[in-house]
Amino acid sequence: MKSKSRNFYLIPYVIWIALFVVMPILLVLYYSFFDIDGQLTFDNYKKFFTPVYLKMTFSSFWYAFLITMFTLLVAYPISYLLTKTKHKQLLLLLIILPSWINLLLKAYAFIGIFGTYGAANSFLEVIGIGTKQILFTDFSFIFVSVYIFLPFMILPIFNALDELNPSLVDASNDLGASKWITFKRVIFPLTIDGVKSGCQIVFIPALSLFMLTRLIAGNRVITLGTAIEQHFLVTQDWGMGATIAVFLIIAMVLIMILTGKRKRGIL
Amino acid sequence: MKKLSKLSTVYLIIMFFILYAPILYLMFYSFNSGGTMYHFEGFTLDWYKELFGDSRLLIIVLNTAIIALLSAAISTILGVAGALAIYYARRRRVKNTLLSLNNVLIVSPDVIIGASFLILFTMVGIKLGFISVLLAHIAFSVPIVVIMVLPKIEEMNTSMIYAALDLGASRWDVLTKVVLPYITPGIFAGFFMALTYSLDDFAVTFFVTGNGFTTLSVEIYSLARRGVSLNINALSTLLFIFTMLLVVGYYFITKRNNKPGRMGVR
Amino acid sequence: MKQLIRALLAVLIVSFVLIFIVFRLNSSQGYTSGNTLTIFNWGDYIDEELIKQFEDETGIKVIYETFDSNEAMLTKIEQGGTAYDIAVPSEYIIDKMIQEDLLLPIDHSKLPNFQYLDSRFLDLPFDHGNKYSIPYFWGTVGILYNTKILGDRELTSWNDLWDPAFKNQILLVDSAREVLGMSLNSLGYSLNDKNKDHLQEAKEKIDALTPNIKAIVGDENRLLLQNEEAAIGLVWSGTAQEIMWENENVEYVIPKEGSNLWFDNMVIPKTAKNVEAAHQFINFMLDPEVAAQNTDYVGYSTPNKEALKYMDEEVVNDERFYPDEEMTSKLEVYENLGKRMLAHYNDLFLEFKMHTK
Repeated sequence: MKSKSRNFYLIPYVIWIALFVVMPILLVLYYSFFDIDGQLTFDNYKKFFTPVYLKMTFSSFWYAFLITMFTLLVAYPISYLLTKTKHKQLLLLLIILPSWINLLLKAYAFIGIFGTYGAANSFLEVIGIGTKQILFTDFSFIFVSVYIFLPFMILPIFNALDELNPSLVDASNDLGASKWITFKRVIFPLTIDGVKSGCQIVFIPALSLFMLTRLIAGNRVITLGTAIEQHFLVTQDWGMGATIAVFLIIAMVLIMILTGKRKRGIL
Repeated sequence: MKKLSKLSTVYLIIMFFILYAPILYLMFYSFNSGGTMYHFEGFTLDWYKELFGDSRLLIIVLNTAIIALLSAAISTILGVAGALAIYYARRRRVKNTLLSLNNVLIVSPDVIIGASFLILFTMVGIKLGFISVLLAHIAFSVPIVVIMVLPKIEEMNTSMIYAALDLGASRWDVLTKVVLPYITPGIFAGFFMALTYSLDDFAVTFFVTGNGFTTLSVEIYSLARRGVSLNINALSTLLFIFTMLLVVGYYFITKRNNKPGRMGVR
Repeated sequence: MKQLIRALLAVLIVSFVLIFIVFRLNSSQGYTSGNTLTIFNWGDYIDEELIKQFEDETGIKVIYETFDSNEAMLTKIEQGGTAYDIAVPSEYIIDKMIQEDLLLPIDHSKLPNFQYLDSRFLDLPFDHGNKYSIPYFWGTVGILYNTKILGDRELTSWNDLWDPAFKNQILLVDSAREVLGMSLNSLGYSLNDKNKDHLQEAKEKIDALTPNIKAIVGDENRLLLQNEEAAIGLVWSGTAQEIMWENENVEYVIPKEGSNLWFDNMVIPKTAKNVEAAHQFINFMLDPEVAAQNTDYVGYSTPNKEALKYMDEEVVNDERFYPDEEMTSKLEVYENLGKRMLAHYNDLFLEFKMHTK
């Protein structure tokens, strides 16, 4: 009974996968075995395990982790509070809206705001802290990244919270559970799927972030994405770029398996 | 419904302020007679006047909107089919494989996607331009829709489906009367995220575009070497206000039309 | 379900209305007519009035597409798919394009205005005899510094940058050959040095510059330096000129040890469809009055000797942007180092960037 419907939905999706996913993967794999002169080689893979690239891999994961964590910490309360407001759908849309403005323009605006003579420093000046270097620091990099990824985290969490049956929360309260216990035992576990998909949508692209590393972090943060960008566009060493991409894809698959559900609710 | 506490309201207001701060910044400087995004020298509407005389830019803006809307709509349909396919997949291994393949495009840096699509399109013989850009945008928007829709489907109560089937509903009825209405919020979320991806994308579009077809992002990035001029700020301001009005207007109109009941993410 | 169908219909209707409008706009502009010329250039790198003038004079419709980096442009032309009639790459890419057989030779008999070009900028190693490329703009690499922040301190040499007084004050560009080149120049080596020991020495020297470096940035350096975010920047002369228009406190210097001389040249890719129109356009851009007007708009240095007569004397006599013979003799054009060597440069640069952290 099930198999019939499964085949039906699979058709368009599998065509898409074959054309636009498998093809690029094969191309990437193919290129990763060629060096810059077009000779067949494993050197790219050997090169990946040199300190330069290992350090880069480590820092990519570290920053992606930080970005995901802070995005979640900021996004969860927003999503929660949004579900309690009167015009929640409208407010949700208003959260997505800023992401439709071009990223480069927003980055330029942030350069202005975080600059030595920018609004952020004027504010610090007024409250007595004094001018600090904000631009080109870890802080500004993570701040702007969280800013960019925020809507991607809020949407799935909001949808999960919105579905939550309020009587469950009421029941928990009536049984004398504190707000924190209710959150920990009832609300959070019931929205864990939303949180998971939010984290995936943030963490995975954050691994290969590249534009902001230059614009906001002044190349003080070097991620795998930056390196791929450079190999593809500057050195035109597609082999090395493709090799890094292979490792990114492997990392992604591992993350999917680790965060995937242990047991399935259906069948 | 309880009212929000003061602290919560303050938190939300601050967050909205931060979200809109860079945009207000861009808007503010679109009135600068000084010509740069620093040092506000004086008020002027010159950038707006310049904008209205520029029919090339107008075409680019319209192109961008067309690509975004069409690609988001089509990739939403594909993405929903994909999410259902993953949901109905019986074996866990199949599920995981599909899901991993789904996410490859999210993790791949734009240059790689762009370059491999370019190779693909030239190999197949698709003429670079509107069609190739549309295909590319659909391609990279599908996974985000799947990720948005899938959790919604998985939390759906299976007994609903069986109940419907037991009551003699056809497969099509189950889809349109039970499944789709239930996952509507997820579908809208996916649509809007696809829209976001499409509007934001620069690298992929650059590689697969051609024959005079350009989108706004490609145009803006290519201006970077000589400095982005303030008429782009003026343009963004107008577009932003326009979409804002559209969204708010649409919300209140639909709100009035179907007063009771809940809506999807609209 | 109704909701979904309604929304889908709304999206489709809006899209088709927009498509219709674009179609009308395109045809009213004449883009659908047969005689067109497709130009692939940097964004905002031409006075658009001149395009209109060219269209009026010749009846050829110009389609103008833009790119943001040489390498991205090269990838597109290599892959084919779009027929560009004219592209405007930088010199080191032209060398590569010639070797990979991507360009059509230029028919000089169709370019009567070729005679107006300054012979100093012709017949250079990347394209002997200008068989494939015609200079569009040129410039140098140098140091931009802010006299308001640095006081009366004058910078004249690359080595000045290593002064501990400039802690956290320097913006570099995110480009391997410029950054390593500055170090090579300061050590007295050639910008095209292929000796790995020299390169290692140069790399260690820039590692030592780390405390002075505020950031390694791209085109946004214009914004940052203009706003006095940093006192010193390694910049291309074109960027320097633009910053100086907006901020009067900055000074540009080509260091005495020498520096790089760069070109953006017009070329005709092999895939061109309207070669005749491409020649017409190149000849049009070489017209002294047209070149002068374009230079006024873009602000980079023009290779057109005759055009200088139509320009502001103050600009023409500015040695920072039109250096004299003696200075130009110290400038070096980048040579194509070959893939391996270029990769080595980039690896060293990547290591340097990791070191900065």
